[in-house]
Amino acid sequence: MELKVIADAAGAPGGGCTSSGCGAGGEKLAHLPEAIRAKINNHPCFSEDAHHHYARMHVAVAPACNIQCHYCNRKYDCSNESRPGVVSEVLTPDQAVKKVIAVAAAIPQMTVLGIAGPGDPLANPQRTLETFRQLSEKAPDIKLCVSTNGLALPGLVDEICKHNIEHVTITINCVDPDVGAKIYPWIFWNNRRVTGRKAAEILIAQQQKGLEMLVARGVLVKVNSVLIPGVNAEHLKEVSRVVKAKGAFLHNVMPLIAEPEHGTFYGLMGQRGPTNEELSALQDACAGDMAMMRHCRQCRADAVGMLGEDRGDEFTLDKIAEQEVDYAAAMARRAEVHAAIEASRTAQRNQSSETFVSIASLTRRRPARPEPRPVLMAVATTGGGLINQHFGHAREFLVYEASASDVRFIGHRKVDLYCSGDETCGDGESVLAKTIRVLDGCEVVLCSRIGYEPWGQLEAAGIAPNGEHAMEPIEDAVAAVYREMEAAGLLERSGGTAQRMSA
Amino acid sequence: MAYKIIEGCVNCWACLPLCPSEAIREALPHFMIDARACTECEGDFADPQCASICPIEGVILDGLGVPVNPPGSLTGIPPDRWAEIRTQIQAR
Repeated sequence: MELKVIADAAGAPGGGCTSSGCGAGGEKLAHLPEAIRAKINNHPCFSEDAHHHYARMHVAVAPACNIQCHYCNRKYDCSNESRPGVVSEVLTPDQAVKKVIAVAAAIPQMTVLGIAGPGDPLANPQRTLETFRQLSEKAPDIKLCVSTNGLALPGLVDEICKHNIEHVTITINCVDPDVGAKIYPWIFWNNRRVTGRKAAEILIAQQQKGLEMLVARGVLVKVNSVLIPGVNAEHLKEVSRVVKAKGAFLHNVMPLIAEPEHGTFYGLMGQRGPTNEELSALQDACAGDMAMMRHCRQCRADAVGMLGEDRGDEFTLDKIAEQEVDYAAAMARRAEVHAAIEASRTAQRNQSSETFVSIASLTRRRPARPEPRPVLMAVATTGGGLINQHFGHAREFLVYEASASDVRFIGHRKVDLYCSGDETCGDGESVLAKTIRVLDGCEVVLCSRIGYEPWGQLEAAGIAPNGEHAMEPIEDAVAAVYREMEAAGLLERSGGTAQRMSA
Repeated sequence: MAYKIIEGCVNCWACLPLCPSEAIREALPHFMIDARACTECEGDFADPQCASICPIEGVILDGLGVPVNPPGSLTGIPPDRWAEIRTQIQAR
């Protein structure tokens, strides 16, 4: 006998919704007021579900910065690198507006324009605000966002509100100046370079003041934090608590990127980044206090396209110079595409919310023996919330954890971590070997198709390749594979205390 | 006496709007300071503004040709460290 279980977004204790299709961004955002959920419904950076369907772009109009962070190197522009603070060409506001219009017409899924650097957008107020001013006039259907280190924020809050900016991201790595002194060597403040604890003290005060001012004006604030093992790892729990209390709606803890070749202080001084386990554990610890974001890809300040992809090369200045875009027509087409996406999301949501579970697993088995253990599965997808990518084409994998109570998105793993350069700047490891290494801990990889050679090597590494769920919604397929594994007796606990696995 | 921007400047614009004498101009390969207009911020600020916000070590020289922000002074990275790491990377 089969029992039809209707997933309950709020009710299930400790479990929550089985689908990221429930509410904007999955169960973690279900508590947010309707008005906020409506604002982020199609924002790929704020809503985990939206990032399967919608695209974003950044325009690099803001080269200047007013602080130095130990994870940033102001000298670099390597086109093979993908990390914040890196861009290929800095644009003037006019050039940026032209680029946004061209991208909006060519990629109708693009809903969000952010200014994120390569310096600090608010340390370049004229360039940043002029770009927003023109866009709010010429492309009123695009959401505008800005990210900042917060130092200049309090003085610019009123200007920001004038330009219809709905979302602001503040990078807050600490609320304790002693921690801050290990992250920020200097700030530029009141016409002087200020160093040490004093600098951190001023920066923290400005960030907190800016956060409060934005919340008071109804602007959505997300807080980004860089997890730096041994420097602010434990402290970020306190940061999460403080920013939530002040009204930030989302906390995004990102791993430190620190390789020696990046030339940053941390990279050169041997500061390591967190492991996948450390990052997940901290995100879980903060999640008790705060809606957490786990799908951030730490984009370049000139990224274009779906999260995880960068189509910036298609829209360089020379390529868009001759283009004339009829934006009214483009806007009509964009509205049609968005309506189609929303219709398909609604359909997926309705489908996913009805999960068939054998009644035996609910009533008889559970009391009789321990819960089956959770399993991590990696998924190759190009978007749309479907398993629709060839294994060999995947440059990143989404990682889901299936357990007896739910399927939840945990994070993503990049194959060519932050660098896609050829063998001359790589370490010679084959792409397949690297892929298998980054999939460590996953037991299954779901993709639309997979070649013979990788199939064998994955199996040898203890990862089961699976191409049987091509074009199916991700969470349904993960749940189905989990049930197959359970039926095959693969999920017995090996004894000892069960631990929640992490990406 | 005047300050000078030399090769290595990344054209980040940070200094340009701060100059009280409007002595800095956008140029290629890098921004330039007009030596006739530069006052080293005398009478306007306690510290020369361009050199106080510049993020790149060694690219602004004072009137005597000495780097205002010598290697290691802004990033905290010991000057030899980068060369050492570069050798290691090349040896891979």
